[in-house]
Amino acid sequence: MWTSSHGQIDRRIATPEPGLSGLHLICGEMDMNAAKRPNRWFRNLSAKVASIPMILTALVVFVGGTAWTVFYSFTGSRLLPKVKFVGFDQYERLWSTRRWMISIENLAVYGICSLILTMVLGFTLAALLDRKIRFENTFRTIFLYPFALSFVVTGLAWQWILNPDFGLQGVVRRWGWESFNFDPLNNPDLVIYGLLIAGMWQGTGLVMVIMLAGLRGIDEDIWKATRVDGIGLVKTYVQVIVPMMRPVFVTALVIISSGIIKLYDLVVAQTNGGPGISSEVPAKYVIDYMFKAQNLGQGFAASTMMLVSVIIILVPWAYLEFGGKKHG
Amino acid sequence: MADVSPSTIDAASMAGPRGTKPKNRLSRRNIFLYGTLILISVYYLLPLYVMVVTSLKGMPEIRMGNIFSPPVEVTFEPWVKAWSEACTGLNCDGLSRGFGNSVRILIPSVALSITIASINGYALANWRFKGSEVFFTILIIGAFVPYQTMLYPIVILLREIGLMGSVWGLVLVHSVFGMPILTLLFRNYFTAMPEELFKAARVDGAGFWGIYFRIMLPMSVPIFVVAMILQVTGIWNDFLFGVIYTKPATYPMTVQLNNIVNSVQGVKEYNVNMAATLLTGLVPLVIYFISGKLFVRGIAAGAVKG
Repeated sequence: MWTSSHGQIDRRIATPEPGLSGLHLICGEMDMNAAKRPNRWFRNLSAKVASIPMILTALVVFVGGTAWTVFYSFTGSRLLPKVKFVGFDQYERLWSTRRWMISIENLAVYGICSLILTMVLGFTLAALLDRKIRFENTFRTIFLYPFALSFVVTGLAWQWILNPDFGLQGVVRRWGWESFNFDPLNNPDLVIYGLLIAGMWQGTGLVMVIMLAGLRGIDEDIWKATRVDGIGLVKTYVQVIVPMMRPVFVTALVIISSGIIKLYDLVVAQTNGGPGISSEVPAKYVIDYMFKAQNLGQGFAASTMMLVSVIIILVPWAYLEFGGKKHG
Repeated sequence: MADVSPSTIDAASMAGPRGTKPKNRLSRRNIFLYGTLILISVYYLLPLYVMVVTSLKGMPEIRMGNIFSPPVEVTFEPWVKAWSEACTGLNCDGLSRGFGNSVRILIPSVALSITIASINGYALANWRFKGSEVFFTILIIGAFVPYQTMLYPIVILLREIGLMGSVWGLVLVHSVFGMPILTLLFRNYFTAMPEELFKAARVDGAGFWGIYFRIMLPMSVPIFVVAMILQVTGIWNDFLFGVIYTKPATYPMTVQLNNIVNSVQGVKEYNVNMAATLLTGLVPLVIYFISGKLFVRGIAAGAVKG
């Protein structure tokens, strides 16, 4: 044990600064030679033992679980997983199911609107807070507190506010505007926007915080330079600041989009997919088919499609982010 | 207008107290700025206000009046009812059961997930071994994979070890899914610590655990607090794992809340529903208002580096 950890520290020192620690390296080699060869596996043993939970999680749950689901999406499993291959049947069924198409459409509408609005509102709020205002902390606290709340709480609160009889619509009508119509949660065409109002309320605070951190990172000299050049405030933001904050925007984009794909609790709490099936989303489709309709194969196929969509979003990002860094 | 006023403000703040003119306080810029901020604040504060107001009214008043008006007669009965009488299915013992379950899920989950993740982060930062970075990369990529693709395999795993439906099964699930972000958090923190500290301890003969417990733990209290805030709010607010990996008797508070409010049976008692909703949101809200800047730091650490 002692010899083995000796080898470790020398390697550790040797790796980051190869020029400096030739002596250590030799000592390490000597130790290695003095001890028996198979010790390589036991070197750094404590760290390896301590990492077992991480290794198990990575391999068994993340890799194994994902592969398992993809594999079984090609079977005709119903109540229990069974290895009875049906090729792409589950996927064909999936794409010809009306509920899945509605789910995809909803997610697309919600996703695009939520991305654009969250970015615009998040950045605007951050920019306003960055104008050296008073009560900055108070405003930030107000904009961020919904983020501490769960989607269930968010959904139920907005379900109540958007209640047609007692909520916003009812109040305005009682004020005398009898024909006022604002009942998104019971209108199949508008229900997704009802969810959007709630989702935005919960999530923009986070984007604001990220944007604010980005704005604070911008050099004071940039502001001075734009003032000297007499560039207007709005123009400065659009043409100078936003391009400079590209990495921040990309981070926000990735966070928002991975959150959008997971959209589930909010829908369950606020509309439960209704009216009818007009506010269904893919995540809910998966869970309903797996755990309620006892049609595991459909659930697996649908979740594999979700995985594919994440890969489509993530791979270009990872390529831009990490592929670019190597050159720069 | 827009080009001139910010420069006066910025110049003022840089030149110290002498520069500003008092009339600036009600300038058009300020009215626009604060007006916008206050208007947007209304959108953010409205739901909380409506929830509080509704939960303090009686049902007759709710049917008569409007949701924005403050209660004429303040009553705490809805809160009592939500806590101890509200029904889910046949059980009528209120949200208190869900609260108890959530606490019993929360404490071991937070403890276990942070313990595992801090050790992971420490091993990754100071005791790299062959393949450690590979596992870490898988972990981080795994954080982006939709949970839906792993839900069913985990059901099978939990069934195999006999923990399906129990609180401890859910504790394991939370530890597994909290691992990527927390490990990242700890790894970055430990990597930023001066390496001389670690080397000195090694020279003095301290091993893996010795350094962890005697040097790393005492020096990283802030990051543990950040991780705790992150986990407490995250686990308390979880709905998906709760609804899948527990059974009705062990449902966490969020699941029970949804079942109470969205139950189809009986007359809807909106005041009780809102009291129940507020009760469920209270724990993360309190943590948010107490922790303030640390909360922001937690989500920023989780977000910006993720």
